[in-house]
Amino acid sequence: MEQPKNDILKEYIAQKSWIYPPKPSMRLIGDMIQFATKEVPKWNTISISGYHIREAGSTAAQELGFTLADGIGYVQAGIEKGLDVDDFAPRLSFFFNSHCDFFEEVAKFRAARRIWARVMKDRFKAKNPRSWMCRFHTQTAGVSLTAQQPYNNVIRTTLQALAAVVGGTQSLHTNSLDETLSLPTEEAVTIALRTQQIIAEESGVAATIDPFAGSYFVENLTNEIEAAALDYIQKIDDMGGIINAIEKGYPQREIGNSAYLFQQQLEKKEKIIVGVNKYVVEETTDIPILTVDEKAEEIQIENVRRIKKSRNNENVKAALTRLKTAAKTSENVMPHILNCVREYGSLGEICDVFRDVFGEYHDPKWL
Amino acid sequence: MSNTLRILVAKPGLDGHDRGAKVVARALRDAGFEVIYTGLHQTPEMIVNAAVDEDVDAVSLSVLSGAHMFLFPEVIRLLKAKGASDITVFGGGIIPDDDIPKLEQSGVAKIFTPGASLTDITTWVRDCVKPTK
Repeated sequence: MEQPKNDILKEYIAQKSWIYPPKPSMRLIGDMIQFATKEVPKWNTISISGYHIREAGSTAAQELGFTLADGIGYVQAGIEKGLDVDDFAPRLSFFFNSHCDFFEEVAKFRAARRIWARVMKDRFKAKNPRSWMCRFHTQTAGVSLTAQQPYNNVIRTTLQALAAVVGGTQSLHTNSLDETLSLPTEEAVTIALRTQQIIAEESGVAATIDPFAGSYFVENLTNEIEAAALDYIQKIDDMGGIINAIEKGYPQREIGNSAYLFQQQLEKKEKIIVGVNKYVVEETTDIPILTVDEKAEEIQIENVRRIKKSRNNENVKAALTRLKTAAKTSENVMPHILNCVREYGSLGEICDVFRDVFGEYHDPKWL
Repeated sequence: MSNTLRILVAKPGLDGHDRGAKVVARALRDAGFEVIYTGLHQTPEMIVNAAVDEDVDAVSLSVLSGAHMFLFPEVIRLLKAKGASDITVFGGGIIPDDDIPKLEQSGVAKIFTPGASLTDITTWVRDCVKPTK
C-alpha cells in the first residue's frame, strides 16, 4: 500500500520534524486532502502514523489512542474544508508499529479496526463501508533492535512481522538487523525482505483472515486495549481535540513518562531484552556497517546550484509570490505549490514562503 | 555555592530523536544533578552558548543522526574558543565502535552506546565529572 509520509500531528507528538506551528500545518493538510480528493481520487492522501509514537516510547494503547485521535483530527479537517466524509475518508490510511509482545500487537491491530469503524459510523455518520475501514501499513519496531548480538534482531523482526500479518496489515516493512548501528547494508536489507517472503510464501499464515478471532485470550486483550485507547481519545476530546492536546503537551508527556518507565523496568529486569539485560556475553560488534560517502552532500548541493542557474528565475519568483498570496488567504495552496515545483522552485524556497507567513514552531523542551 | 553538578543535556542537529536525551536527562535529575535540557534542533554554537551562560560542569550530547564525528569535535572546539574547556563533554547515541577512540582523542570524555544502563551513566557522571572553577 503506497502512502505519503505527511501526517504532521505525529511530528509534534513524537517524531519532532516540524517547521510551522500546529494550526497552519493542519491547514496545509486540509488543503492537501481537499485537492487530492478532487484531483487524485485514488491516491492514499495521508498515512496517519502510530509508528513514530511507539518508537518515541509510548505503550501499545497510547500508540492506538493517539494515532486514532490524530485520524479524528484529519477527518474533522476534511469536513471543515466542506467535503462530505464519504468523499475522502476511504482514502485515509494508517501506519502502525509492530513491537515485541506478540498477542498485544495482534490485539492492538484488531482494536484499531473496531474503534475506527465505530468512529466513522457513529461519530462522523459515514455511510460508505470503505470509510469505515482501517487500512494500515506496519513496520517492525526499530527501537526493539539491539546492538548486542545483532543477529538476534532477525528473530525479533520475524516475530513482529508475523504479528502484523496475523493482525491483518495491508503492507509491511521489516527492519534490517544492523539498523541499530547504521543505515542498513544491502545484505541486511535482503534478509529483511526474505523474512517477509518466507512469511508470505512458506508459512501459510497469509492465507487466512483474523486467525485469532474467537480466542478467549486475544478477544479479551483486544477489549482491554480498545478500552484503554478509547480512554485516551476521550481525554483528548475533553481537551477540545488533538491540536489543543498537543499544544498542552499531553500526548508528548504521556509518551515521555512511558519511555522513562520502560527504561526503569529494564534496569530492574522487570522487562527483559535478550543480550542487553539477560544472556549478556562479552563481544565486539563485528558485522558489516554501511558508511555513506560524504561526497553525497557535495553532489546534492552542486545539483541544486546547477538547477538554480538553469531554470527561469523570473518564473520561479512569480510562482513563489503567488504561493505567498494564497498562503495569506484561505485559498487552497496546493495548485500554487505545484506551480512552484513545475518551475523548479526548491523545497527550501517553498518552505521559506510558508515560514514567512506562518512563523516557526520551536521545541517546548518538555522532559 | 551548591556542590551539585550542573549538566546541560543537548540535542544537536535537525533530527527529532529525543527519547534517549529525555530519558537520560530525567535519570540525571532523579540521581540528584541539576539538569538543563536544550530541546531539539540546536547548533553547536547554541549549545556552547547555553553551556557558558548556564555555568554548567558538563555537556551531554545525544546524537543519533550519524553526524557525531562533526558535532562532538565542533562543540569541543567552540568551548575551547570560549575559554570553557574545563567543561566535561560526554554523550551517546548510534555511534559505531570504530569512531569512539577518535572521539575520545578529540576530547570527548565518554561515549555511551545503545544498551548502556542509566546506572552506568549516573555513576560515571558522579565519579568522573569534575566541577568547573
